Amino acid sequence: MTEAAAEKAPVITTERTGVINWDSLPRRMMVIYVPLILFLLILLFPFYWMVITAFKPNAELYNFTDYSPFWVSSPTLEHINRLLFQTDYPRWLWTTMMVAVASTFLSLFVSVLAAYAVQRLRFKGSQWVGLAIYLAYLVPPSILFIPLATMIFKMGLYDSPLALILTYPTFLVPFCTWLLIGYFKSIPYELEECALIDGATRLQIMWKVTLPLAVPGLISAGIFAFTLSWNEFIYALAFIQSSEKKTVPVAVLTQLVEGDVYHWGSLMAGALLGSIPVALIYSFFVDYYVSSLTGAVKE
Amino acid sequence: MASAATVWDGRRPEQSWLSRKLDDRRVLAALFMLPVAALLLTFLSYPLGLGVWLGFTDTRIGRDGIWIGLENYTYLFEDPVFWLSVFNTIVYTVLATILKFGLGLWLALLLNHHLPFKSLIRAIVLLPWIVPTVLSAIAFWWIYDPQFSIISYVLRGIGIIDTNIDFLGEPWNARLSLIAANVWRGIPFVAISLLAGLQTISPSLYEAAMIDGATAWERFVHVTVPMLMPILAVVLTFSVLFTFTDFQLVYAITRGGPNNATHLMATLAFQRAIPGGYLGEGAAIAVAMIPFLVASTIFSYVALARRKWQQGGSDD
Repeated sequence: MTEAAAEKAPVITTERTGVINWDSLPRRMMVIYVPLILFLLILLFPFYWMVITAFKPNAELYNFTDYSPFWVSSPTLEHINRLLFQTDYPRWLWTTMMVAVASTFLSLFVSVLAAYAVQRLRFKGSQWVGLAIYLAYLVPPSILFIPLATMIFKMGLYDSPLALILTYPTFLVPFCTWLLIGYFKSIPYELEECALIDGATRLQIMWKVTLPLAVPGLISAGIFAFTLSWNEFIYALAFIQSSEKKTVPVAVLTQLVEGDVYHWGSLMAGALLGSIPVALIYSFFVDYYVSSLTGAVKE
Repeated sequence: MASAATVWDGRRPEQSWLSRKLDDRRVLAALFMLPVAALLLTFLSYPLGLGVWLGFTDTRIGRDGIWIGLENYTYLFEDPVFWLSVFNTIVYTVLATILKFGLGLWLALLLNHHLPFKSLIRAIVLLPWIVPTVLSAIAFWWIYDPQFSIISYVLRGIGIIDTNIDFLGEPWNARLSLIAANVWRGIPFVAISLLAGLQTISPSLYEAAMIDGATAWERFVHVTVPMLMPILAVVLTFSVLFTFTDFQLVYAITRGGPNNATHLMATLAFQRAIPGGYLGEGAAIAVAMIPFLVASTIFSYVALARRKWQQGGSDD
């Protein structure tokens, strides 16, 4: 950071008196594009490496002298084939999908009601409740998983996907509620007042006026919830034991490593396939995502 | 108007008792708060309290514990591995946070220029943050492979090193490798959040500063940084909080090794509690993280409150 700004400084000072032409192309290249491209390359490289490894035959994978490690000379589907047909990978994908969808809908339902109550029904002390929900987001899963594990065990939910569906909302609900409170705030209150004067009940107002207007907010909260539960690791690691009920992140790490033999090709293929659903969802909704992310932080 | 009010009393006569109750603002609010309260009290507040209690017991997996007072804590106090994990957690948090914010701010400043393919670039930047941490951690695990590391290969090709770097076998190499992976994953969030902050700064402030003869550096220090401060404080709190309690990355790449050298408090708590079976001791380690978290939360609240006060916003 400091170097970049420091090297900017002298150039500007010399031109301070004249017309502002500090946007000259070579300068722009050096100060903006070169570092930016370096950033993008570094941010993308692990993904490139993942893709390359997933399609490399083992002969190339472990031989850097005869083959360039940066390219695949004879791509193979062997690793993906092994992953899909010789492991439980499809089941892991299905479990993860099911858990993520169920906990997302549960969280959205709970959050919409809570956010609507806090932001629109305005009961006594509602701002404190809003603050408490925000603070709940700051309680990290790494503190909660041990007591939760004992609870899950006592409730007889150990090794059941239901344990994950019920515990994921602990971090999804605070976040979604927080996001939706911000979104409801942006919907003009006058619309609800009009409906109230026209004789709509409060439930009708919420269902027919506010929620349809809040759909973009609901979508971004849904995407957040889905990606967060897809990415969740520590609860899934602690609460699920049998191989076929594991979620993708846990299963890739614990089931694909057999003793000391690392099947790097299959591992990378597993990581790649596990990343695709979230990457797809997110690429469709990137604008919702960014605006709500930045909006949420601005709140 | 007055005559209309006498004719229509503002309530539709066909309403049943239930729908009248449901139309009461307070009843509805209570009803709407019920699910969130039930959920968060059962699965968040209660376990938080239970965790503190477990820390004072000798609970093991499959066996209820009895109250043993501070025994877990006195044991941990003399446990060098615990202190090593505290040290690692602090080093990890401090170094990773400094790098994430330095690089993230730089990236945000770069992205704040007029660029071609803006949305594509933004999508690429966010990618590391979207992809499941464990899955990208596995990619890093492979990148840090002692034999087939691509970094060693490139550095050897350039002639900087002669033998492969043992990224995960040496304590400090392993710590720094983990920090690098954490920074890689954390930059997007910092950059995109700060970019949002940068875009709210009015260009007229820069124009005014330029007319007053401020250099780029002076504009950065006296305009950008103060205007960015509130959002910086919030993002910083989140970042510190999640780095301090990080688990996935370390568990995926080193599992605390070599020789416990990279255990964070969270991974040590897991190690002792779930595979080790000593739930009480694990809970005590987790509880030991709380004072730090409370401190950063208070900091966050103060920063948020200051921002509202600065903008003259009401406290809603």
